[in-house]
Amino acid sequence: MSETLVILIVIFVLAMFVGFEVITKVPSLLHTPLMSGSNAISGITIIGAMIVAGAGETLVQQIFGVAALALAMINIVGGYMVTDRMLQMFKGKKGEPKK
Amino acid sequence: MMSLAHIFIFVADVQPPPHAEGRGALPFIELAYLLAAVLFIYGLKWLASPTTARRGNFTSSLGMLIAVLATLFLQKFDYRLILLGIVIGAGVGAWMARAVKMTSMPQMVGLLNGFGGGASLLVAAAEWYRYYHAPDLTIRVDTAISVYASTLIGAVTLSGSIVAAGKLQEFISGRPILFKGQHIVNAIIALGILGGSVYMIATGPDLNVFIALNVLALLLGILITIPIGGADMPVIVCLLNSYSGIAASATGFVIGNHGLIITGALVGASGIILTQIMCKAMNRSLANVLFGGVGATVAGPAGAAAGAKTGTVREITAEDSAALMAYAQVVVVVPGYGMAVAQAQHQVRELADLLEKRGVDVKFGIHPVAGRMPGHMNVLLAEANVAYDKLSDMDAINPQLERTDVVLVVGANDVVNPAARTNASSPLYGMPIIEVDKAKNVIFMKRSLNPGFAGVDNELFYNEKTHMLFGDAKASLTKVVAEVKQVG
Repeated sequence: MSETLVILIVIFVLAMFVGFEVITKVPSLLHTPLMSGSNAISGITIIGAMIVAGAGETLVQQIFGVAALALAMINIVGGYMVTDRMLQMFKGKKGEPKK
Repeated sequence: MMSLAHIFIFVADVQPPPHAEGRGALPFIELAYLLAAVLFIYGLKWLASPTTARRGNFTSSLGMLIAVLATLFLQKFDYRLILLGIVIGAGVGAWMARAVKMTSMPQMVGLLNGFGGGASLLVAAAEWYRYYHAPDLTIRVDTAISVYASTLIGAVTLSGSIVAAGKLQEFISGRPILFKGQHIVNAIIALGILGGSVYMIATGPDLNVFIALNVLALLLGILITIPIGGADMPVIVCLLNSYSGIAASATGFVIGNHGLIITGALVGASGIILTQIMCKAMNRSLANVLFGGVGATVAGPAGAAAGAKTGTVREITAEDSAALMAYAQVVVVVPGYGMAVAQAQHQVRELADLLEKRGVDVKFGIHPVAGRMPGHMNVLLAEANVAYDKLSDMDAINPQLERTDVVLVVGANDVVNPAARTNASSPLYGMPIIEVDKAKNVIFMKRSLNPGFAGVDNELFYNEKTHMLFGDAKASLTKVVAEVKQVG
């Protein structure tokens, strides 16, 4: 196992712990927006998709790259927009007009 | 721009060409990814309260923008192709986000999980092809492991999520689909995938083996999702959510990108936590879920037959229900998936408003697995304009139920079944429930006496405190609302 891989694994494990710490504090009230919001965040694969689409030397790489880019972007735009749509419905005080 | 060009020339001198081995990134780009990851963490942190949640979501999206912009400077790209993918994805994503109904959120999240997995699969497959196409390019063992892991996790997430979304949308039967030797078949497929991967790691990329691996992984995704029954969908949706994050992380290993690894891990952790919460709320072990046994243990009709239907059922009219609640001091509404199916959340809110005007204290008690995904009931009620401070989770509402005059159960069943506490032979035994039988009166809105998804009879129907209000939840509630208006 190379040193780079070890570093990557270290980063992965530590990030998981950060994730556990932060997400445990999200109340069940907001679990649906949490899931759609984390869908959007998992669209981070777009970084890989951009590299493959933009720097691919063969047609196969380019096609796969553009398809991956489109899927990741659906996650990002769809995820953030639908999360915002949900969150703006959560109102604290009664009788507040609906936007 | 001059300075940027200089940086690029400088980097071209010191960095190995990005295609040689892994993909080196400039320090400022790495730092931009770190900033993005920090913004994602803040975004998730601010989801801890509904007052900061919107800001959190915005912060998180800012992180994504930074990550995308930083990537543009990674190396020389064909920007037209990047723009093409972005435009297609943004258009479809925006359309989906606007068009989706709140009742269909589980399918939407399921589908997005699948797209995340699909993106990881495609990136890894394209990377694999790069090595396959250029035989002089030697693939390091750890890169190879990452490529295969990313491809396979991505493929399982993709096909599993599509099946889950299809079940939730009812394109595919929501019933658990089981066949003999399912676990053995799954194990053989998993071993085949492992064997094929090890073979290629040892001998180098082989197109036929790679295609076979992908087919097997897609098949495995389908096979581990089809045995899951309707009521267990929250668990599998959470698990696939976790997979989509881990798939993104695996992609990070493939291209050696820290930003991807951190961010994917955050999503992976989120899905794992939600999965655990769901499992706990259904009294199932995570292992039971991972080995594809969800739903199988309770799918048999044996449980239904075992629970003898004893005692008399007391029926109540809409008029009497209205009177009972109108003169109560505390009313707790317990919604379930049936409320979403009947689209009755607006009538529920109307009833709550009327009762509150009369001085009744109205609250909502929400079980963690009510609905088809975690938090689904809260979103539906928020959409119907119920203030979120009225929405209590199970642990908050249970101690208040003894002082509650009337509990109104709308489209829920298993999550209020006292057999979970009292009947050791019941499949529900041990599952935490909303203890509505502790309240003074229970009005149970239901179409019929049919058991819930778990196929277990509910002794609460025969409890002397229980009044059954038969009929469609929406129609019944409309009647009750009209009757409450009549009460002086």
